[in-house]
Amino acid sequence: MSVDEKTVRRIAHLARIAVADDEVAPLQGELNAILAFVEQLSAVDVTGVEAMTSVTPMAMKKRKDVVTDGGRAVDVVANAPETEDHYFLVPKVVE
Amino acid sequence: MTELNELSLAEARDGLRAKTFSAREIAQAHIDALEKARVLNAYLLETPDRALKMAEASDAKIAKGEAGPLEGLPLGIKDLFCTEGVTTTAGSKILENFEPHYESAVSANLWRDGAVMLGKLNLDEFAMGSSNETSAYGGVISPWRRTGSDVKIVPGGSSGGSAAAVAAHLCLGATATDTGGSIRQPAAFTGTVGIKPTYGRVSRWGTVAFASSLDQAGPIARTVRDCAILLGSMAGPDARDTTCVDLPVPDFEAAVSRGVKGLTIGIPKEYRVEGMPAEIQKLWDDGAAWLKDAGATIREISLPHTKLALPAYYIVAPAEASSNLARYDGVRYGLRVPGRDIAAMYENTRAAGFGREVKRRIMIGTYVLSAGYYDAYYVRAQKIRTLIKRDFEEAYAAGVDAILTPATPSSAFGVGEKASADPVEMYLNDVFTVTVNMAGLPGIAVPAGLDGQGLPLGLQLIGRPFDEETLFATAEVIERAAGRTVLPKVWW
Amino acid sequence: MTAPVNPKKLIKGAEHDWEVVIGMEIHAQVTSRSKLFSGASTEFGAEPNDHVSLVDAAMPGMLPVINEECVAQAVRTGLGLKAQINHRSVFDRKNYFYPDLPQGYQISQYKDPIVGEGEVVVDLLDGESITVGIERLHLEQDAGKSLHDQNPTQSFVDLNRSGVALMEIVSRPDLRSSEEARAYVTKLRTILRYLGTCDGDMEKGSLRADVNVSVRLPGQPLGTRCEIKNVNSIRFIGQAIESEARRQIAIIEDGGTIAQETRLYDPSKGETRSMRSKEEAHDYRYFPDPDLLPLEFDQAYVDALAEGLPELPDAKKARLIADFGLSPYDANVLVAERASADYYEAVAAKRDGKAAANWVINELFGRLNKEGLGIEATPVSADQLGQIIDLIGEGVISGKIAKDLFEIVWTEGGDPRAVVEARGMKQVTDTGAIEAAIDDIVAKNPDKVQQAKEKPTLLGWFVGQTMKATGGKANPAAVNALLKSKLGID
Ligand SMILES: [Mg+2]
Ligand SMILES: [Zn+2]
Repeated sequence: MSVDEKTVRRIAHLARIAVADDEVAPLQGELNAILAFVEQLSAVDVTGVEAMTSVTPMAMKKRKDVVTDGGRAVDVVANAPETEDHYFLVPKVVE
Repeated sequence: MTELNELSLAEARDGLRAKTFSAREIAQAHIDALEKARVLNAYLLETPDRALKMAEASDAKIAKGEAGPLEGLPLGIKDLFCTEGVTTTAGSKILENFEPHYESAVSANLWRDGAVMLGKLNLDEFAMGSSNETSAYGGVISPWRRTGSDVKIVPGGSSGGSAAAVAAHLCLGATATDTGGSIRQPAAFTGTVGIKPTYGRVSRWGTVAFASSLDQAGPIARTVRDCAILLGSMAGPDARDTTCVDLPVPDFEAAVSRGVKGLTIGIPKEYRVEGMPAEIQKLWDDGAAWLKDAGATIREISLPHTKLALPAYYIVAPAEASSNLARYDGVRYGLRVPGRDIAAMYENTRAAGFGREVKRRIMIGTYVLSAGYYDAYYVRAQKIRTLIKRDFEEAYAAGVDAILTPATPSSAFGVGEKASADPVEMYLNDVFTVTVNMAGLPGIAVPAGLDGQGLPLGLQLIGRPFDEETLFATAEVIERAAGRTVLPKVWW
Repeated sequence: MTAPVNPKKLIKGAEHDWEVVIGMEIHAQVTSRSKLFSGASTEFGAEPNDHVSLVDAAMPGMLPVINEECVAQAVRTGLGLKAQINHRSVFDRKNYFYPDLPQGYQISQYKDPIVGEGEVVVDLLDGESITVGIERLHLEQDAGKSLHDQNPTQSFVDLNRSGVALMEIVSRPDLRSSEEARAYVTKLRTILRYLGTCDGDMEKGSLRADVNVSVRLPGQPLGTRCEIKNVNSIRFIGQAIESEARRQIAIIEDGGTIAQETRLYDPSKGETRSMRSKEEAHDYRYFPDPDLLPLEFDQAYVDALAEGLPELPDAKKARLIADFGLSPYDANVLVAERASADYYEAVAAKRDGKAAANWVINELFGRLNKEGLGIEATPVSADQLGQIIDLIGEGVISGKIAKDLFEIVWTEGGDPRAVVEARGMKQVTDTGAIEAAIDDIVAKNPDKVQQAKEKPTLLGWFVGQTMKATGGKANPAAVNALLKSKLGID
């Protein structure tokens, strides 16, 4: 499989990365080189093989239902580019 | 006489305990050394004031007889570990001024045990790279040079800052992370020792994520023993990381001198790749011979799915990365580049904040997860991971205790030498290391000699899950047989 | 399901009668103290970003750890829906960018949910009941909240809700009218509240419905559906379905076709409108969250949770009918809230069940409704109401006095027996006193006595006069019997 220019633009938008017109062709070439490299996997017979979901066989650890965090709005917004009254500010989102 | 920063970590520890020198002195020696070595660009941030303060606290503890296992030992921290109140960038513009209000589990464990922080170490952006050239803050230059040449050499990556700093005596040891070889490849390139522990041995909490199912932190140091000491402090259960196991941490240092008598070492024939330099083959043979001489049994084994590991990795890792890096959106922290609306703000921020390699991987990851491709790429790659893991399980079930391979297909290359348009050329650096991440196993890189150009080469040992002890014991035998690789001379 | 088409449920278009087909996705907030994957509080109404952990804010390197109680709540709910409990389920990432989604993905369950197929029996007003299929229930994280009205150019983001556990309960398209849809949500809400797994508070957003609506001619295949997002009251669910069905019928009858899309119900206009912001083609790139392992448990875990489940409304209803001889209608009213049923049972214990039901439903619920109060706020306790009923049964007060007594206990409180004593409300059963009163009335109204002999209905007038003369306290039965004999009527 390989990607065309339109796909490159679609993927870039899905990934929310602005791509300038002159970046599309080089990106397309690089992505296709990687896709060509991974293409060899399609020849492998994987019938009956289970897809790995966790590399270490173990039971998932769980938390008790207790409040152990919060009350640190100052920390939460400390690194934010724009805030007001402990809210994060973003360009207006139109519903 | 040996400068204080040239001691091994174990020697420094013993000297501090014997009060031969103070923590402050050894911290100062490192601060002086790294100031002189700025041309290497190993440190993104030096924290001398903090180092001296921590050292003084260590001296007080030593005086009171309350020294921790790493009391007063100056370390460098890869800038992928979040450090409270200390800028953490992940080597990316998108986190240029990010100051975490929390301390990563790994670094917190080190400070708990008395270690001293010298600063934050350079790395490939978000740990994506094998030469440290993708760092948004400039590449790291290896302290090594080819014989008779002043061509700048890469330290490998992504933990290139860690490896270079350790090799150049700019710290006694460093934290590093390994997603596809990012500890072992730079260790091999710089003549240092690096271990990627079993997935789940070390908590990932507070370490900037690249590919969650593959990422694992470990140390880089100048000796096997130093690595064992450091891993003993870094590792351990953590309720905040669901994938971190609740196993007690063994006495790794005690395992170092166990020897290899009675062990069976597997030599996987699939690692004998086409076009492998004769020097690498010889090094590998030497390694096997040293282990045999020390009492191990050498056995050829087969890991038939080896060659699928790298292509499968380049599906799984970017897929996870594309999702893990979605949080860098300019809303809560990091860079924000305005746009006419929220979507444009996201797109501008991420276009400006991420470098080429990171964008490339996010794009590939987004593509392989997208509708219509998910099964063909991601699910298939995860099935292949099962096959790769099964290969190892069968070898271990057949009585193999550890597996010996080369660490890298070549020695370090020059800066810019692999800047071709085909990213796959760079990816091939990880061909020997990536299987270990795919199977979640422990792997250690240990220096085994120099190539014809005078650059270090390393061997890799792969162990059973949670059997890092055997790796330390085996690596120690190689280290002793090969003799310590010593930097020719300081050129900076 | 191929239930026969009920002609009463069809919607009349200009040309045809249309069948509306409805399926629902309910997002129910799990009752828990802390969030699904972090230790921050789930409490409603905190200051902005105060109930937010570094995990909820998706700080670099933060990792999710699952709250065991949320898992238990999902299993309990699955059991309450008579559903398949999956011993292995997987958390996936649903990837999309939105400012109130800090991670850039929602942790949800896609291919392997914790709960599989189940069903809900829904009783309708006319006594009919339908069975609605449940397709699945999965656990997922809630998003934060964006406020759009604070500022002309910016939205304000608060992550307090971010990471709160939700159960998404997906029904099959088994509903055929807005009434059925409303009854389904009501019933589901009742079950969740019985289980204690969701408080069902729609005003606080604890329960939100996405409603899938399509129309078709009876017997035809399913039409194209539209999804009406986030409807937050049962009344609006009904209105949204009605208006959406009519909109679709009008389009089709005009020769148009329905575009599959996401819509929003605007209660002020009483109509749905297209949500353009959601129109962009989504590609969520689901994949198993590598930060989490598969969620696995054994049957013993499920059994232990099943053991601890309360009696559910269907079972309780059947029992009330069997034990107390209630009508299905009364039983339905009583089991709608667990607290109501508990109250009723406390009143009915060792008393006449029907009398107790009348008092609880007519007097108590009537009064509570008038005051806009819930059962938990009732000023008359089950014990007090029981005593009032006892006093009637013992003949101490009449039914009419009992209503006055109820009013006194409602407003002033007190022990009913003591109130009756203190205020002299006891009914007079002493026939001598009643006789005296009757004799007096008979003597003063000879004309009426005469008339009563021909027109026995005048008896009522005499009863009224007697009651008046005795301050309403005369035993009505005694009054009746005495009057009849005195007036010579039978
Ligand atoms: Mg949904
Ligand atoms: Zn949902």
